[in-house]
Amino acid sequence: MQEKDNTRRKVLIGLTSAVTLSGIPFAATPFIAAWNPSARAKAAGASVKLDVSKMMYGQQIQVAWRKQPVFIIRHTEESLKSLETTVPKLADPNSEQIEELYRGMNATRSKSEEYTVIAGVCTHLGCSPKYHPEVEPKPWDATWAGGFFCPCHGSMFDMVGRVFKGVPAPTNLPVPPHFFKGSILTIGEDGGNA
Amino acid sequence: MSEVIGKMFGWFNSRLPIVNTFERHLSKHPVPSKVNFWYLFGALASVVLIIQIVSGIWLIMPYSNTEEEAFSSIEYIMRDVDYGWVVRYMHTTGASMFFAVVYLHMFRGLLYGSYQKPKELVWIFGCAIYLAMMAEGFLGYVLPYGQMSYWGAQVIISLFGAIPYIGESLELWVRGDYYISGITVSRFFALHVVALPLVLIALVFLHLVALHEVGAGNPEGVDIEEFLDDDGVPLDSVPFFPYKVLNALVGIGVFMTVFAIIMFFFPEGGGYFIEMANFEEANPLVTPEHIAPVWYYSPYYAMLRAVPDKLGGLIVMGSAVAILFVVPWLDKSKAASIRYKGTYSKLAITLFAISFLTLGYLGTVGVTEVRKTMSVICTFIYFSFFLLMPIYTKYEKTKEVPKRL
Repeated sequence: MQEKDNTRRKVLIGLTSAVTLSGIPFAATPFIAAWNPSARAKAAGASVKLDVSKMMYGQQIQVAWRKQPVFIIRHTEESLKSLETTVPKLADPNSEQIEELYRGMNATRSKSEEYTVIAGVCTHLGCSPKYHPEVEPKPWDATWAGGFFCPCHGSMFDMVGRVFKGVPAPTNLPVPPHFFKGSILTIGEDGGNA
Repeated sequence: MSEVIGKMFGWFNSRLPIVNTFERHLSKHPVPSKVNFWYLFGALASVVLIIQIVSGIWLIMPYSNTEEEAFSSIEYIMRDVDYGWVVRYMHTTGASMFFAVVYLHMFRGLLYGSYQKPKELVWIFGCAIYLAMMAEGFLGYVLPYGQMSYWGAQVIISLFGAIPYIGESLELWVRGDYYISGITVSRFFALHVVALPLVLIALVFLHLVALHEVGAGNPEGVDIEEFLDDDGVPLDSVPFFPYKVLNALVGIGVFMTVFAIIMFFFPEGGGYFIEMANFEEANPLVTPEHIAPVWYYSPYYAMLRAVPDKLGGLIVMGSAVAILFVVPWLDKSKAASIRYKGTYSKLAITLFAISFLTLGYLGTVGVTEVRKTMSVICTFIYFSFFLLMPIYTKYEKTKEVPKRL
């Protein structure tokens, strides 16, 4: 008699627990989803446009896209040449470890032969690397050929944001989606004709 | 009159265990008759917890948790709110003092084996408190939305990005925006003032209930439960009130004096308690030349930087805290206290303390090759202290632990 009662109770406990547990994902949904970027945050993260024809050769400027720095560099002939010579120092010269948007198009990694467009956020822990175009010995590298140095944890990148070997940053600085229309650069959109 | 009060008290007491609870946790519980100053820091931690809760509540009132106003509302508290600067500096000094006291409290635990059977749970709840405090401190540091709030949060949140596959979407989910915006600040605010304090208070409650179940330790590592009087009270114990309350009050007096000196005269602590960059408003486009955490996180930060791999750094840093939880099972020694342990234990804990302090220093300064090598060595010593503990505590020669205090 007792045995039979217990089986019945166990089944009921099992069933009610199963129903309760199956409700948990539903109950959790609004709490998890409410942490996603809101519609307003998404709208504020749309693309930015700027005219890059006034930049000097060798100059680097930064613009904010989604409040994050994006670096634009207008290369000199010398700095384009240095891209070849620094290859032995690089961890991933062909950007094979990341999803490279415009692979193989230009040495600048961008859609232009002259300009580089890279996210100015260190792939280690999100600091903003500093632009050091000068070719001279630096405290962090005696054979510095120009590039970016992150002041936070000492990561180094070349003139087009490719990461050096043996530094904390794991990957190259990513290239954000962009396109040129004449001298107008749009960051945040692909333009569709990649 | 007193009869009426007595009757009313009786009415309550027969419905709520007031006298029992009070005596068990606040007055009559037996504590070892001989302890030293190391045993004060637990009481001091509870004092700081109360200071933090009260000053925190007062800070919520004038603080604004939006991107536009967060930073200026802090300046408003500092300049326009009567005594607002005292309340704020009380809270910032309290944060540093909380960690100072808890670090000493934890080191006491390691010195005198306060985690050994049957106090494992007391130790584990303590470690959980420490973990919750680290989260609480981090969230609180973001709220003023200064430069170091922003860039510190940037570094910490991007740690999530090191987790394979889900990392990047997790980062976005935690921020709720493409950068650390007002959306992030306001959710950190909710966690800092409601969610984590609830967790902390619950953990402190469990820490104390577990402690009063198994009894406090002593620097000799003597089990005072072995010799009981006819009432079952340990012979080598005294009731908490008045014997230990008076000791604690002297300690609290000294502590409050130090606290007040810092709060009134050195609230920034030379840039270690409040970093100078945090007197500037957050600017997502400009990274400060030198990003360093506040002093109480710096040892772990040095470990993070010592590893030249993002995920590896995260794992090392996480393990450094996680390993504390299993200390009760790493120590195989017959003696609890360092006084009766062998030479290896003494050497190990000395090296451990030196390496932890060195890491603390290294985490606050910029990177150079030499410092990086030192970080690697110290991280190695830190982990060796724990991982080799089962070996050196088992095979070393311990002194005989006395039976009585």
